[in-house]
Amino acid sequence: MVDFSIWDIFRNLLLAARWTIALSLIAFVGGGLVGLALLVARIARWPGAEPLARGYVQLFQGTPLLMQLFLAYFGLGLFGINVSPWVAASLALTLYSSAFLTEIWRGSVASVAKGQWEASAALALSLGEQLRHVIGPQALRVAVPPTVGFLVQVVKGTALASVIGFIELTKAGTMITNATFRPFTVYACLALMYFALCYPISAWSKSLERKLHGQR
Amino acid sequence: MIALDFAPVLAEWPLLAKGAAVTLALTAVSASVGVVLGVACAWARLHGAPWLKAIVGSYVELIRNTPFIVQLFFIYFGLPGIGVRLSNETASVLAMVINLGAYAAEIVRAGIATTPRGQIEAAQSLALSELQVFTRVVLPPSLQRVWPALVSQIIIVMLGSAVCGQISTNELSYAVNLIHSRNFRAFEATFVGTGIYLVMAIALRHLLNWAGPRFVFGK
Repeated sequence: MVDFSIWDIFRNLLLAARWTIALSLIAFVGGGLVGLALLVARIARWPGAEPLARGYVQLFQGTPLLMQLFLAYFGLGLFGINVSPWVAASLALTLYSSAFLTEIWRGSVASVAKGQWEASAALALSLGEQLRHVIGPQALRVAVPPTVGFLVQVVKGTALASVIGFIELTKAGTMITNATFRPFTVYACLALMYFALCYPISAWSKSLERKLHGQR
Repeated sequence: MIALDFAPVLAEWPLLAKGAAVTLALTAVSASVGVVLGVACAWARLHGAPWLKAIVGSYVELIRNTPFIVQLFFIYFGLPGIGVRLSNETASVLAMVINLGAYAAEIVRAGIATTPRGQIEAAQSLALSELQVFTRVVLPPSLQRVWPALVSQIIIVMLGSAVCGQISTNELSYAVNLIHSRNFRAFEATFVGTGIYLVMAIALRHLLNWAGPRFVFGK
């Protein structure tokens, strides 16, 4: 048996943390792009976009992320694709994030006063110009705090990728436990690690929110 | 060619039904206890002694900034390291209660914070005790204001309970894994299980929206 000091536990968890961070970024950026596309389709009132988007959001918010991960993992396998946990986890977390982000942003766009739409339309701005110059900047201010807050959800969500064999923080914690037989210490360190990742983002989101309400 | 075959999965319906029942039972217990814990924590953060505020504050932040699966593993695998051994069901319920308690505390606190000052003063002028003011005057309308958020959080906890299958609690996701280890229909079993979760989430929202005004903050 290998002798693990507390430092060794921490060092190995720190090494694994980069995969948690990488997966979170992939999911957040990917989810942002898909979410944005959905948002535009809804704003532009494409036929069928609204009920489709609503069903999509309900689907991802109404089922466990764990099952979504399994579906991606087994589902991609059906197409004969050799699924690595990377691909399955990225796909599932991207779709999961997109459903939440599109809903957050739809709310932000809805919070912009209707008169702004009418005034910019009266100035003969096209939909793209309206979004870029009038609605976008105002909606963005409202959208930033909850979007940053959602990043915490994504980081915590990546912990579930350990279940389909993706080696990130949680999986590394389990593996270190199996090597050291010190579950209490390892899982406590693991929780601290997540806390160190998530708490600053939560605090940032909260301060952004306070600033936003201060301006009004 | 993709050949899907749902028959072997659906043939195992008793397992699925039992799993769904266990998931609902876990949710019912942890939602009731968790909301009470959340209300207690909200009260402590607003009216408690400074040391109590500090403890509750760190509890809320610690839980909200760590993943549920880590909390569950800490309780189930970590605590035996210091001599606390829990069954998988107990560990699951405990983790769910602790998790919901922290989120509910923040939600309820937001509701309480918007109580008009005059209502509290009016209640005090009627010589109600501090506890009576809180439970009779402040709490019911606060709960009514935040009920939609609380319902969403309870549903999130129910969906999160899928993770409890990882410590062999025989809830729905565990049943799904059991079924596909028997018949190798992994995608079909997961698909059916996910569908059941979706139906349960929608039904639970309707149930709680109906039950809230009648039993929780009603007249």
